[in-house]
Amino acid sequence: MRLHFELARRGYRRYAAYPGATYAGLFTNVFFGFLIAYILLAVYDERDVIGGYDVRDAIAYVWISQGLLSVAAIFGPSWYELARRVQTGDVATDLQRPLDVQRAELAQDVGRACYQLLWRAAPQFLLGALVFEITIPDELARWLLFTISVALAVAVSFGVRLLVNLSAFWLLDYRGPLLLALAVSQLLSGATIPLAFFPGALDTIARLTPFASMLQAPVDVYVGQPLGGSTLAVLALQGGWAVALYAAGGLVLSAGTRKLVLQGG
Amino acid sequence: MADLARIYVHLVGARIRSQLEYRLSAAFQLAGTALLTALDFAAIAAIFANVDQLGDWSIREVALLYALATISFALTDLVVGHLDLLPQMIREGTLDGILVRPLPLLFQLVAADFAIRRVGKALQGVGVLIFALVTVDIDWSVGRVLAIPFAIAAGAVIYAAVWVSLATIAFWIVDAIEVVNAFTYGGSFLSQYPIGIFARWLRGLVVFVVPIAFVAYFPALYLLDKDDALGLPRAFSFVSPLVACLAAIAATAIWQNAVRHYRSAGG
Amino acid sequence: MIEVHDVEKRFIVRAKTGRLRRERREVMAVDGISFEIESGAMVGYVGPNGAGKSTTVKMLTGILVPSAGRLRVAGLDPSRQRIELARRIGVVFGQRSQLWWDLPLADSFDLLRHIYRVPAQRPRENLERFTATLGLGAFMTTPVRQLSLGQRMRGELTAALLHDPDIVFLDEPTIGLDVVAKSAVREFLTDVNRNRGVTVLLTTHDLADIERLCSRLLIVDHGHLIWDGGLDELKRRYGQERTLVVDLEETVPPLELPGVRVTRVEGPRQWLAFRRDETSAAELTAAVAARAPLLDLAIEETQIEEIVRRIYAAGGAPLAT
Repeated sequence: MRLHFELARRGYRRYAAYPGATYAGLFTNVFFGFLIAYILLAVYDERDVIGGYDVRDAIAYVWISQGLLSVAAIFGPSWYELARRVQTGDVATDLQRPLDVQRAELAQDVGRACYQLLWRAAPQFLLGALVFEITIPDELARWLLFTISVALAVAVSFGVRLLVNLSAFWLLDYRGPLLLALAVSQLLSGATIPLAFFPGALDTIARLTPFASMLQAPVDVYVGQPLGGSTLAVLALQGGWAVALYAAGGLVLSAGTRKLVLQGG
Repeated sequence: MADLARIYVHLVGARIRSQLEYRLSAAFQLAGTALLTALDFAAIAAIFANVDQLGDWSIREVALLYALATISFALTDLVVGHLDLLPQMIREGTLDGILVRPLPLLFQLVAADFAIRRVGKALQGVGVLIFALVTVDIDWSVGRVLAIPFAIAAGAVIYAAVWVSLATIAFWIVDAIEVVNAFTYGGSFLSQYPIGIFARWLRGLVVFVVPIAFVAYFPALYLLDKDDALGLPRAFSFVSPLVACLAAIAATAIWQNAVRHYRSAGG
Repeated sequence: MIEVHDVEKRFIVRAKTGRLRRERREVMAVDGISFEIESGAMVGYVGPNGAGKSTTVKMLTGILVPSAGRLRVAGLDPSRQRIELARRIGVVFGQRSQLWWDLPLADSFDLLRHIYRVPAQRPRENLERFTATLGLGAFMTTPVRQLSLGQRMRGELTAALLHDPDIVFLDEPTIGLDVVAKSAVREFLTDVNRNRGVTVLLTTHDLADIERLCSRLLIVDHGHLIWDGGLDELKRRYGQERTLVVDLEETVPPLELPGVRVTRVEGPRQWLAFRRDETSAAELTAAVAARAPLLDLAIEETQIEEIVRRIYAAGGAPLAT
């Protein structure tokens, strides 16, 4: 347990070491936040409620989603860093250590998420909340559930990213599939536009995917518009995906390791 | 000048050839890029699934705007997109080997790559353009027909000028290069939407400071025979090529100044 | 061909002192260097790391602009006439490649022909000759990234000379090469210098390079030129000591031989320092073998750092030529 805490700290420190990059990322989030906020304001000039979201919900969505982009790593090097290590063969050293690679990676990812939550997501959310009028839940319960949802989002994201990275064990050039995965993730997580904007059936289907659990789910919990009306159901869905993906990750990792060993890496 | 063109063709040809060697990967990347950019438009489509207008623009009109912006951006990305490697090249000292060759630095950097996968974005833009042109009611004239290629060309030059100018930050600051990305991708994202919906300060910025409003917005106003929602003069719709020239001149000056600084401060 | 007159280069270095404050410090990388190199010479340019060697070369090739002083290469001002000068010079960086990584070697040569705008005839002749001399034929179609260091270096040399430059600047061209490759490079450089009259400025850490190739040697340290003269003269004055490293069959106490100082012992290996003008390595080897059976031996020359130290210790006035 202590070891994993250390690993989490390492993950945190890796990002803390580049404050310049953090400021730059923060700036990007704020810039895009403003752009998307204005676009949505123009949209809500025409209509009051879309997919259950009113204008204050929508602007809240903007600032939370910008934050989750970094915290839940909708983009970023964590989608291919491990893949690169697999490709260069460096992963062999990782596999030789007396550590569960998957748990180690998760611990580091948690550290990363904490750093970005504190220094990117929180500041720009506060800024957005100050400049724009957004929904702010007044029940403590909703804040708590939101926090849990964010944590689960990170876990689901980890599961997806790990599987994508592990494809490098079998694919010579992982860049093509990586681009596709990023494209799909970006759309279905609700990062581009809130899934609430999708017409009926598409909206429901999208929200059931693991990608939606990475970003849209916490937003839904925050504004009080969970799929099917039940916040607990959404959290259960997130939890389910997190567990399933983690299990799948473990299996795929073993398969990949075996392949590596057989081929003499 | 013709000399440089010939050299450019040779250098870029070599890059293209080496990319085509990995046919499957190239195809995958092209597909991936096309899909990724299709998502851009999916966002707009999703918005319009719910409302009829944005500002006083219909979805088809916004599609036209989006198409012009996207094609221009894709062309620029194709030709100078790899300038985002400049910070890394500076860090690794690769620029030295380039400076000892008898060609201008910017030229060599631009001729260094030509990523075929970026064609995917241009193709998607053309698709949307066709959709827009077919469905929107345009009062066609010779002027309007010519306006489209001119707008795209001028737009590409304006984007390129902005990119080159922003890239020079790498010569001054070591870290925090992603700020540049905010501006380049943010700028492209912004110019896909009618600028009337943005706040005043932002509008002023993209019209008078970093003139990306001239890439798609003003040409679109001309094509659609619309007035700018905030009363900017009609004439603005015609001056994109002029703005492009001015932007290119400004970018050249900014670049040369930055290189001078780099060569003095310590390559 | 090359004129350097009172050249200075100042850098501003920012160092963090504490959490937020930054300190500005001025570093004189090059502090008043002057020398001249006439056409057709092959000159070595050495010095410890950080001495200002690379900075000088960067100024001579137009990469850096000097803070003060005057530079002329082939009659041109490198910082103001960079592109014009680039046509007349060739540069090889030992640590970095200037070839196209993903493409076959032959393609790199082809692209360079276009970049330097030389009509096809001359580079083709050059290429044929170099291919023969350096044995490039075996790997002409191999992508550069798959070449060994020795092969790549031969490619870089060829690339630098294809367009018939008047001057070639070489920065550590033999670093990391095995003995065979080093020898091939040195032969090539000698040939190019003698038979084609190409002026060569060779920056290196390897004194053996200098010995084989250059008659004149410039030593720079802390931005100053501390030696400008012949290698023989330098050796005579400061480089008298060599070290014979012997691997004996068994560990013995430090050998006692006349004129020999044992500087180090590690098990059966001993470092024997001797003066070049007093004994030859061959004689010493025989003497050692007579005392204790030898398994293996090696000869270490005086390191450049050691020579530099000695020059400073001796009062450090550069020898005027």
